Amino acid sequence: MTADRPFRPDPVSARHRLYRRFGLALAGLTCCAALAVGVPAPYAAAQGFAGMGSDADGFTLPQPDPAFEFPHDHGPHPDFRIEWWYVTANLTGADGAEYGIQWTLFRSALRPEAPGSERGGWRAPQIWFGHAGLTAADRHFAAQTFARGGIGQAGATADPFAAWINNWAMTGRAAPGDDALDRIDLTARGDGFGYELALTAGGPLMLQGRGGYSVKSPRGQASYYYSQPHYSVSGTLDLPDGPVAVTGQAWLDREWSSQPLADSQTGWDWFSLHLSDGSKLMVYRLRDADGPDFIPAGHVGPSGAARYLPDGAVELTPLDTARVAGREIPVRWRVQWDEGGVDIVTEPLNAQAWMDLNVPYWEGPVRVHGSHQGRGYLEMTGYE
Amino acid sequence: MWRAAAGALASHWRRHPGQAATLLLGLALATALWTGVQAINSEARASYDRAAQVVSQENRPVLRARDGGPVPLADYVALRRAGWAVAPVLEGRATIGGRGVSLIGLDPLSAPVLPAATEPADGADPLPEEDGATALAAFIGPPGRLFAAPGTAGWLSDAVPQQVLISEDVAPGTAIGDIGTVADLLAGVDDTRDSDAGGRGDPSRLVLIEDPPPGATPLSALAPGLVRGEPEAGAGIGGLTGSFHLNLTAFGLLSFTVGLFIVHGAVGLAFEQRRGMFRTLRALGLTRRALALLLAAELALAATLAGAAGVALGYVIAAALLPDVAATLRGLYGAPASGALALRPGWIAAGFAMAWLGTALASTQALWRLARLPVLSGAQPRAWALASGTAQARQALAGLGALTLAGIAAAAGDGLIAGFAALGGLLLGAALVLPWLLAQGLAAAQSRAQGPLAEWFWADTRQQLPGLSLALMALMLALAANIGVSTMVGSFRATFTGWLDQRLAAEIYLDAGTEARAQQIAAWLDPRVNAILPQVWTEARLDGRPAQLRGLADHATYRETWPLLGSRAGVWDALARGEGILVNEQFALRSGTGPGDTVTLDGRAARVLAVYSDYGNPLAEAAVSLDAFTAAHPDLPVTRFALRLPPAEVPALMEALRDLFGLGSDALRDQAALKALSLAIFERTFAVTGALNVLTLGVAALAMLTSLLTLAAQRLPQVAPIWAAGLPRARLGHMELARAALLALGTAAAAIPVGLALAWVLLAVVNVAAFGWRLPMQVFPADWLRLTALALAAALAASALPARRLSRRPPADLLKVFASDR
Repeated sequence: MTADRPFRPDPVSARHRLYRRFGLALAGLTCCAALAVGVPAPYAAAQGFAGMGSDADGFTLPQPDPAFEFPHDHGPHPDFRIEWWYVTANLTGADGAEYGIQWTLFRSALRPEAPGSERGGWRAPQIWFGHAGLTAADRHFAAQTFARGGIGQAGATADPFAAWINNWAMTGRAAPGDDALDRIDLTARGDGFGYELALTAGGPLMLQGRGGYSVKSPRGQASYYYSQPHYSVSGTLDLPDGPVAVTGQAWLDREWSSQPLADSQTGWDWFSLHLSDGSKLMVYRLRDADGPDFIPAGHVGPSGAARYLPDGAVELTPLDTARVAGREIPVRWRVQWDEGGVDIVTEPLNAQAWMDLNVPYWEGPVRVHGSHQGRGYLEMTGYE
Repeated sequence: MWRAAAGALASHWRRHPGQAATLLLGLALATALWTGVQAINSEARASYDRAAQVVSQENRPVLRARDGGPVPLADYVALRRAGWAVAPVLEGRATIGGRGVSLIGLDPLSAPVLPAATEPADGADPLPEEDGATALAAFIGPPGRLFAAPGTAGWLSDAVPQQVLISEDVAPGTAIGDIGTVADLLAGVDDTRDSDAGGRGDPSRLVLIEDPPPGATPLSALAPGLVRGEPEAGAGIGGLTGSFHLNLTAFGLLSFTVGLFIVHGAVGLAFEQRRGMFRTLRALGLTRRALALLLAAELALAATLAGAAGVALGYVIAAALLPDVAATLRGLYGAPASGALALRPGWIAAGFAMAWLGTALASTQALWRLARLPVLSGAQPRAWALASGTAQARQALAGLGALTLAGIAAAAGDGLIAGFAALGGLLLGAALVLPWLLAQGLAAAQSRAQGPLAEWFWADTRQQLPGLSLALMALMLALAANIGVSTMVGSFRATFTGWLDQRLAAEIYLDAGTEARAQQIAAWLDPRVNAILPQVWTEARLDGRPAQLRGLADHATYRETWPLLGSRAGVWDALARGEGILVNEQFALRSGTGPGDTVTLDGRAARVLAVYSDYGNPLAEAAVSLDAFTAAHPDLPVTRFALRLPPAEVPALMEALRDLFGLGSDALRDQAALKALSLAIFERTFAVTGALNVLTLGVAALAMLTSLLTLAAQRLPQVAPIWAAGLPRARLGHMELARAALLALGTAAAAIPVGLALAWVLLAVVNVAAFGWRLPMQVFPADWLRLTALALAAALAASALPARRLSRRPPADLLKVFASDR
């Protein structure tokens, strides 16, 4: 018991704490979305979300064979429970120093809304939150921010494209006729860091899963998921010791769903890799408490041909763990795709890339060597 | 040697368990009263802090619209999008279920602190454990959640679709909810059906959660219509209630001081009785230092034991008094207050510290004497008594100095600090002067005494004075505090009762609940009563500060009875013509305005026509004519009425109103019931004071007992020769009783003027600063007689035991005085 707490049986004071510290409330809230990002099921169940995977109360469920309409589908889908705009970038300074940044905007709906009749004002049932990270070899920064929908404080629009929360923004700069995501400006600011980057796509969107319908478990949970993996980047990082001009590559993910994970899926390990031959590889492992892991992947060859690699095609093996924030985290991995001739090892730029936010996870840039050289990003959730 | 010495010292307590009990009891009582008061204070402060955190978000600065209106939502968004950490707060007043309620809307995503809730108001099962997301979704809704104080949550829950949770962090008459919920409630929209008609919800102000980051776009560029201001909510509660807590603290300190007299007496007695043992131990080779260490350890042990008991007892006292204190704070100051007591390390540590400190203080004299005790000294208990004649005079001079300072503080200063300085000086000075005063009285009596026995009696009484003076000082302080406080409360009660007669002049007060029903009832009443006086009030700003505004109908009821201070000539005609306003005494005193001055009411200049007394109201208030009120607030529903009718017809009409309109006891009250309710609140307010008063007097009586016991042991050498001269022991015992009664009477006589001076300071200085009203002082001689009798009884009870012992003393003991000079 803390010193200034009432001397009472604990259920009451526990609830006191619950209400008093709304930070905690937001921790739970983040779980909604973090469930998609892979919060372990036992944790989620303890938090009262056990029913969510099976019961989508009024929210639309993803269906196979989607027909995306762009730019419309770059914007929000308020009839789905959760949605995100997710950018990671591998950057290099003029002195050759490597950096990575992450920019994420999550939308979480309290209730479903029919597209086109969203409510405005304080009554809008949309909660938005953002995560931002900046990683250098010896430093790592993380920040989060929250906002209500409906009043303009946070949101996303398809045309012209924009996604923003408070003073963080992803703003479309594409020329007429191009895809709205072809050119974007990206900015975020946290305690001790910030960045302003311009992203230009050098290739088409990449539909993940089967035509953008991404199955998350053998039991059928699914999301809509596409990426833009072909960005080249230039811009400025703001660090405590001054601005750093950088260039590099970036990867954007768009995903929305209403019940993306199975209850027993405890977390995921997700890779987005820019390989030296110009190919792109996305692979993730959904860890399952009740059965084998589920490992789907997607590949864009040097020629630009994209393919879906179903569970089993790619093999992921953790090689080394590191002690991060009091936990053992597998930071070094072997990625094998026999058919594609890929046998590579990923090494973290900074093993301590811990996002110490309401729902904590590991996310940071990695270097690739082996059959291919390259770099990319690794996100690992559910290591509570 | 150490063990043997410690065993010998401890054996004294084994042989005198009563003395050990007195020491522990005195210390425990002193600690208990102090701890109890501190516990109450810290609990109340914790309540304010929680409330202040919720409403003003940890007392952060705020941004307001320059024009005093709402902050445009676009400005909030612009600031947020520029990186400013601001949180919107929407505040307003709504009439819900026929009652006014202050609503505060917060955005849970930007406001880090929400109220703590304990249980739903509708009597449903306690909330299940919920995770943050569920709580957040339930808070935002629809229907959303509201947090309200215990007394507010009940009726609010019946009147709104929201789930109402009871929270002791919220001020009475206030509900806190999501900014969207509150916007709807303020706009009178029911949003439970997903309509799009919700209120716009422009915030009333923005709380600056963090200072803007360096390099952020300045406010003037983002939202030129906003200005930065200092936090205001919450601070008001602290200021208003500060006096109340200072009052309690003063009482706690007084009790503690009185308790220390007991400890001093008990420690002195134990030292006196062990004088022989000390000498023996020293003769056996125990060093002076070792002896002092052993005694200090003994006292530290006693202080720790008694401190623990005192802290526990203090907890019990605080728990017993806290509901009354909470009721007072809610009722008198409108402050949020929890009736439940928490163990806080602050006051527990303070309790122990005071026990140790008090013991050290009370035993300094005894240890000092021990340090100077020669190895082979004769028993000279009288020596220090003789030496104190000059000390007495010096002490009296110091006392006069303190009294002078008290007079200066009372005359020159105003405000609470000056008031309490005057109180402190008065009590300290009077206590210091008392022994000298009594000595003079006894000397005068002695000079007039006839016969050797009478002369011996006076001389012997004088000789005892130094040993008793501390106990008598304690008694006088307790008596003076009693007289002062009871005079203050009595004066207040008399004034308050008279004021109630003026303020509650109408025969029936009713609350129709809704405007439609009010009109229905009024139409029915119209032919049946002499007058229907609408009762309307709302929130306003008086000289820019939050205040209440009241509308008064132009009616003889007010013209004849409204408690105006000073002349009423022409005031009512001017008010009816809308030429000015009335203000309450609290506002007049705080702002230094009076009739003829101009103040601003809701941004407009208004002339003050007169000042009226308004006891029991923590807020500034202004009154305007009903016409002016309605013109300024045309949308405010009129749902409450005061009815004038011949008193004989009251019961029948009440009956009819109950039957026809189903008005319950909450909605329909006659004058007598309302007065009884007000007086009950008044009595509860001072229940704490009364309880502390009685406890203090009890402690003083105990102090007297220990002092007399100490003296009885020392006095044998003085009494023995008288006995030897032929006076029976029983007679000697009677004389002991008479002496104690005489000293108590003298002390009581001295306490009366001190108590009256105390009452004057309380009424004329402390009350004005604390509550904002000045009360005429009235005296209650019957109370003095009662207290004098009480003091007499206490003194007789305290001296009964020593006197009885003396009268039963074996002659052998008395003879020993001559045989051995130990």
